Amino acid sequence: MAKHETPLLDQLESGPWPSFVSDIKQEAEARAKNEKGVEYQIPVDVCEDLLGILELSFKHGRTHWKHGGIVGVFGYGGGVIGRYCDQPEMFPGVAHFHTMRVNQPGGKFYTSEFLRQLCDVWDMRGSGLTNMHGSTGDIILLGTTTPQLEEIFFELTHTYNQDLGGSGSNLRTPADCVGEARCEWSCYDTQALCYDLTQEYQDELHRPAFPYKFKFKFDGCPNCCVASIARADIAFIGTWKDDIRLDQEAVAAYVGGEFPPNGGSHSGRDWGPFDIKKEVIDLCPTGCMQYADGKLAIDNKECNRCMHCISVMPRALRIGNDRGCSILVGAKAPILDGAQMGSLLIPFIKVEEPYDEIKEVIENIWDWWMEEGKNRERLGELMKRQGFQRLLEACNLKPDPRMVQEPRTNPYIFWKEDEVPGGFQRDINEFRKHHLR
Amino acid sequence: MDQAEATEKIVAALQKKKSKTKFYFNELAKILDLKPRAAKKLINIMVTDEVLEYWSSGSTSLYGLKGVGKQAAAEHEDE
Ligand code: HEM
Ligand code: HEM
Ligand code: SF4
Ligand code: SF4
Repeated sequence: MAKHETPLLDQLESGPWPSFVSDIKQEAEARAKNEKGVEYQIPVDVCEDLLGILELSFKHGRTHWKHGGIVGVFGYGGGVIGRYCDQPEMFPGVAHFHTMRVNQPGGKFYTSEFLRQLCDVWDMRGSGLTNMHGSTGDIILLGTTTPQLEEIFFELTHTYNQDLGGSGSNLRTPADCVGEARCEWSCYDTQALCYDLTQEYQDELHRPAFPYKFKFKFDGCPNCCVASIARADIAFIGTWKDDIRLDQEAVAAYVGGEFPPNGGSHSGRDWGPFDIKKEVIDLCPTGCMQYADGKLAIDNKECNRCMHCISVMPRALRIGNDRGCSILVGAKAPILDGAQMGSLLIPFIKVEEPYDEIKEVIENIWDWWMEEGKNRERLGELMKRQGFQRLLEACNLKPDPRMVQEPRTNPYIFWKEDEVPGGFQRDINEFRKHHLR
Repeated sequence: MDQAEATEKIVAALQKKKSKTKFYFNELAKILDLKPRAAKKLINIMVTDEVLEYWSSGSTSLYGLKGVGKQAAAEHEDE
């Protein structure tokens, strides 16, 4: 028998999808049974009370969580998100229900042993509920009490060699795609760069001094598996400068039906024979591909590295050999206000240790934003407010046609008088010799 | 500016503000009249020394004198 009646939540379980309500109930039951004999350090009925308070919020159409607090671990300004409920007498199990963000390993590689240990710590010192992973990329441990924070932090850092991640006005936990570890499309070692910058900017990660949040995300290619282009203040997206490597024999094998397109995905139903014109050539966004007389041709200087053709025919087409990354800045995916995609700042940069050139770009951007950014203003908003040209100046970069998505809108770059031969003044008499009034 | 001087300036300035107990980082940098990066070094030490403490909404971080104000309460209830 459940501790609280939850008819509204129960209804959520009736849909066709897996339900978080069922998950929480399952954990509530497991805690009550305690078959492993865990010495629970927070109320055993935390999950029951979580369901209870959710039901009440549902009924009232209002949240019963308070907003923020001073909770954290010593010396860190981020990594813990304090949450208290405003009905602690009715739901003592969730009087404190703090979230901990744990910095996930690069590419999210784990051993099963590590995952078991992590769950053991969390069963004992927290609610047992996790988000693997949160949309920030972190491991999210949902719900513990203030006295447990330092205990968990000690255990994570000393026993498991795992740090807390970012929250608040600091560098958020950098997140990367699986990269060269498993993906042949990776144009640089995303895990190496992600790890290096995480170590380099520990202070920015743990001690908030920015106007607002700041995110790095690393995608090995423009397929953007971590969606860096849509949500990172600085997105590092792999790309190449030379030609797509093309194997005509393999193209013929795709056309002949010998290789399944898209690596065999979408095989749940019969889509008919592969049609290279319809599925590749006509979908190339730059129209730079041709297929005639059994030969595929790519006008590489027009290709914008969208990855479509490579993703459809991975055995025939491969990324080029002269690889690096593009840096895009200013994306955000906020709840309020509009979402914004990243703007191209650096068309191509080599990704080589010790990444000094990349760090220079980052630090120039931070200097500008920390000085000029208003409180709670993301980089992308500052770019809009002061203009892309100001960002270029802050980074000591010259405007480049590749930064322009549409002339005169994005971005709008003005000439300065000292950049124009002769300045803005002209000799009117000289002009009138050739032009009548 | 050395650490003791910076700490003194911050404590004096924050104590003077009666209506507010939580401050953005750049308000502190302004009190010190330093560039953000330089101010950060000094302010970090004030947190380590437990002169200041962090307050976080989850998305935004603020600073306050340790133990002062309704720190654990909601941000908007201060007003
Ligand atoms: C090969 C020939 C041409 C090309 C490639 C061309 C291209 C363009 C482009 C790309 C724009 C957009 C600029 C923007 O986004 O603001 C534009 C605008 C314009 N074009 Fe053309 N154009 C050509 C010929 C002409 C001719 C012959 C005329 C008139 C006699 C003309 C009149 C205009 C006008 C009035 C605008 C709008 C200017 C403004 O918005 O301030 N164009 N053209
Ligand atoms: C080198 C030659 C030219 C340059 C540099 C030039 C530049 C410009 C610029 C900068 C604007 C935009 C003004 C603004 O948006 O505030 C503009 C608008 C315009 N121009 Fe030109 N222009 C040139 C030639 C021409 C010619 C030859 C024509 C027509 C025969 C023309 C017709 C127009 C028109 C109709 C507009 C739009 C005015 C409006 O939308 O209010 N332009 N031009
Ligand atoms: S972003 Fe590109 S390189 Fe990274 S995992 Fe996805 S497809 Fe592979
Ligand atoms: S990568 Fe995209 S733009 Fe380039 S050739 Fe292939 S489909 Fe066209």
